Amino acid sequence: MSEFVVNKTYAEINARIKAGEAVVVTAEEMIDIVEKDGPVEAARKVDVVTTGTFSTMCSSGAFFNFGQTIPTIKAQKVWVNKVQAYAGLAAIDFYLGATEPAEDDPLNKVYPGEFRYGGGHIIEDLVAGKKVFLEAKAYPTDCYANRKCKREMTLADFPHALLCNPRNGYQNYNCAVNLSDKTVYTYMGTLKPKCRNANYCSAGQLSPLLNDPLYRTIGLGTRIFLGGGIGYVTWHGSQHNPAAPRGKNGVPLRPAGTMMVQGDLKQMSADWLRGVSIQGYGCSLAVGLGVPIPILNEEMARFTGVSDAEIFTQVVDYGHDYTNGIARTYGEVSYAQLKSGTIEVAGKKVPTAPLSSYVKAVEIAELLKKRILEGSFLLAEPVASFPTVDFSFDK
Amino acid sequence: MYTRIYFLRYPKETSDQPIIYQLVKQYDVEFNILKADIRPQRDGIMILELKGNKENVREALAYLKGLGVRAERLAAKIGRDERKCFQCGACTGICPVGALYVERPTMEVRFDPEKCTGCGLCVTGCPVRAMHVSFDQLPDEDVVTTV
Repeated sequence: MSEFVVNKTYAEINARIKAGEAVVVTAEEMIDIVEKDGPVEAARKVDVVTTGTFSTMCSSGAFFNFGQTIPTIKAQKVWVNKVQAYAGLAAIDFYLGATEPAEDDPLNKVYPGEFRYGGGHIIEDLVAGKKVFLEAKAYPTDCYANRKCKREMTLADFPHALLCNPRNGYQNYNCAVNLSDKTVYTYMGTLKPKCRNANYCSAGQLSPLLNDPLYRTIGLGTRIFLGGGIGYVTWHGSQHNPAAPRGKNGVPLRPAGTMMVQGDLKQMSADWLRGVSIQGYGCSLAVGLGVPIPILNEEMARFTGVSDAEIFTQVVDYGHDYTNGIARTYGEVSYAQLKSGTIEVAGKKVPTAPLSSYVKAVEIAELLKKRILEGSFLLAEPVASFPTVDFSFDK
Repeated sequence: MYTRIYFLRYPKETSDQPIIYQLVKQYDVEFNILKADIRPQRDGIMILELKGNKENVREALAYLKGLGVRAERLAAKIGRDERKCFQCGACTGICPVGALYVERPTMEVRFDPEKCTGCGLCVTGCPVRAMHVSFDQLPDEDVVTTV
């Protein structure tokens, strides 16, 4: 006997999608529905809630296989457009990381560095259909005699290209300020001295893991929108930490869960994978990610009904604390406050700026909704769950 | 009160003349020099905010034209590549004058070239380099006489 009033299965929801009967709403739209109808009625009414996020996600990259040469080669070192990839795999496989800068980049020697081109930009160039220049060096063996290879290639020329991001879609993230007396250039953007600005980076109420805070439906095998194409959640991401402190609604109050995601790069688009250059920090990749959440019961309705006013994060100093591993918070703020443009830190009003595109997050949630309504995107039931913690709304 | 920001290019013959002084004295306009690079016997540039009644600003610009100083609205020199911008909002924390700002509640990132002072902080601050400030070349109809 189930503890819930409403009980739906993935199969039932998929059958409704195929029949064109499924009710699909975005996480933004779900807020009003749950508030008006209550979670039980909302769970009866809604089958799927779509989420979305579009932001820089540094722990990203792609596996490639570049096809054999004649004579054959066991590539030991590989560069793409002068950006080094990791080739310590089988003969012609390599991994290109999003944050790897071009080999001749001056880095922070001219401070703050510009980091104009790196791994993330190559991924964008490839999905945009541009040609890249591949160079490989090798030591010869009896089975792989070639010592080097130089080739111009487009994405279509690679026999295999797999976007494989070990940590994406962070469930909540710090709000960054700088309490030191000089400007700092961080992965959280440029932070002016003496706490004159605050940057934050989450889609809040639209963010995938903030709508499934205990990972009840997002797990290994969840089918997702990734970089414009279809991808899958393939593991919990690196640094996944379900034990982070949580509010009464189960939503973590600081960075907590993460997802590892993968998908065929060849079906992705440069609209949703963008190389980025973060001044003074480095190169990276902005990833468009959207996860559909099945409303299996009223608990999932309640989770997905969460709004920015009910999601909180911590104000963290990137002028000194972060760099020195000091876990200290300068206050707790809600995403509603962050999105209003001003927060208060130690009694002082501080202007905020987002680093995550809310406009694109909405677009992804809408796009995913459209694909599900058309019947071209079905839900996949996870084959295993992420590590999580006990939680119940009643306790 | 009428306020506009202009990009001025000084020919080298004018680099030793007290042009701004004359603007104030003869045309009664307020000025605010936002950026200047004027050296003896060299072409110079200046980003100048002019404030005054519309007629005075018009006459002040005509005076500049008479001296061979080419004036152009700064707004025409600054731009955003809409295809590149993905509306993250990082620039809104960097822009010192609120020319780049977030429209609420949609969270769209807007650019108001009229407010821009041409500081250029957004150019390297933008993760996808969507902003550009070009002071190098002047277009053909570069002299602004009407405001």
